Amino acid sequence: MAAPESETVKPKPEATKSTAADGGNANKADATKYVGTPAVGTSKAAAAGGLGTVGPEPSAANERRRRLVWCSVTAFLGAWVIAFLRFFLSRTLFEPPTIFKIGYPSDYALGVDSKFQQRYRIWVDRTPDRIFVIYARCTHLGCTPDWKASENKFKCPCHGSGYDSEGINFEGPAPRPMDRANVQLAPDGQIIVDTSRLFSWPKGQPSRFNDPGSYLPV
Amino acid sequence: MASCFQSALHNLRETKVWKSVFRRGPANTNRTRSLAIFGNLFLHWMPVKVREKSLRVRASYYLGSISFILFIVLFVTGILLMFYYHPAAPNAYRDMKDLQFVVANGVFLRNLHRLAAHLMVFAVFWHMFHVFYRGGYKPPHEFNWVVGVVLLLLTLFLSYTGYLLPWDQLAFWAVTVGTNIISAMPFIGHKVRFLLLGGNIVGENALLRFYVLHVVILPLAAFVLIGIHFWRVQKDGGLTVKPKDEDGKE
Ligand code: HEM
Ligand code: FES
Repeated sequence: MAAPESETVKPKPEATKSTAADGGNANKADATKYVGTPAVGTSKAAAAGGLGTVGPEPSAANERRRRLVWCSVTAFLGAWVIAFLRFFLSRTLFEPPTIFKIGYPSDYALGVDSKFQQRYRIWVDRTPDRIFVIYARCTHLGCTPDWKASENKFKCPCHGSGYDSEGINFEGPAPRPMDRANVQLAPDGQIIVDTSRLFSWPKGQPSRFNDPGSYLPV
Repeated sequence: MASCFQSALHNLRETKVWKSVFRRGPANTNRTRSLAIFGNLFLHWMPVKVREKSLRVRASYYLGSISFILFIVLFVTGILLMFYYHPAAPNAYRDMKDLQFVVANGVFLRNLHRLAAHLMVFAVFWHMFHVFYRGGYKPPHEFNWVVGVVLLLLTLFLSYTGYLLPWDQLAFWAVTVGTNIISAMPFIGHKVRFLLLGGNIVGENALLRFYVLHVVILPLAAFVLIGIHFWRVQKDGGLTVKPKDEDGKE
């Protein structure tokens, strides 16, 4: 496409001409190599304007002052940012209660009862000598396993950990048995469960499953 | 016909409005072509000159550009999905179902967003491997490699945060498992998990936090870094062209 005009861009002569020392022969000044006016504040623009270096002289005292100012500003902003991070940790949480009643010991027959799995994420387990509450959280990465009554075991759908009817792991990646929640008898005779106080049996460490509060003797 | 179009274009270029927007005359010499690129915000990212060899398929497989196009697709479809999505329980799950079954073109948009997300992870990885095997990380491209690593992480975080938003079983347990992996970090793991979820469980706070990360913070960061990434490709002297590309016919 042959456009009617060719090489139309001309440097604007008036931008630099008047300041050039030899008046009129603008080609000598560096700034005329630019199209239009050199950006304000650049050394080229300063040179074209006949100015020397701009700003305070680089003396040692000025260096110290500058460093002081920058250190103060950085320290202030840094401290403020760190204090502000507290913003991201909520002061109030609207999460389900961790303490609740689950009825009377006589409500539970031998074996695993999963009626509170949906509501409180627990199973109530009765053996010949005790009642305890398993916190229904896989010790691998925290999914809720399923109680498979026909196979008499808990099976985690996430990566396949298996636990026996007392929550002791025997297959899959789970590193330890499922934790048990604190249980107590309320004055009215009901069982109170507190899932914020858990008893565990980490691998290679003593079991806390016989600690007081981890079960109710029957 | 052609000359009629040309003269119309010429007349348009003579108008005051055109001149005030574009400033330059027609780009018909090398000099004016360069100026046209420098003077345009959207083009100044681009090199003024490109070596022909770096445009061959073999030089890049266009993988970086494909990643970028997918990012744009995700940006557009994501904004459209935001018109119907509430980051709250139980609305989030129902909104997803509405998008699938009620909203006109909703299922198309949702699937496009999801598909492009999967493809982008794939494309970004492939781009990285390709750059690696061509030695594209070597000086002076080291800094751009680092920018690229951050972009890869951002791509993965975008995928992960987006995965929670449908609020279905898959989303819920994936984020439960993922954030429990985080809490295995020594010393600060549990704090980081609490920070990310805004609580101890994957609940409404977690959904809202992931939403904010997914639709604002991470895309913004990715957008800025992609700008730097492109700009650096140009400043580092264009793509790596190997001697063997000289003789080889594509
Ligand atoms: C959001 C993701 C990304 C986008 C949109 C993107 C985009 C691009 C584009 C368009 C190019 C130029 C042409 C090409 O090679 O295809 C490029 C080059 C490059 N990218 Fe990326 N990229 C991304 C992620 C990455 C990652 C994960 C790495 C590596 C860790 C990386 C490292 C590089 C390097 C080193 C170059 C220069 C290659 C050379 O000089 O040969 N980028 N990128
Ligand atoms: S979370 Fe149960 S097996 Fe991984």
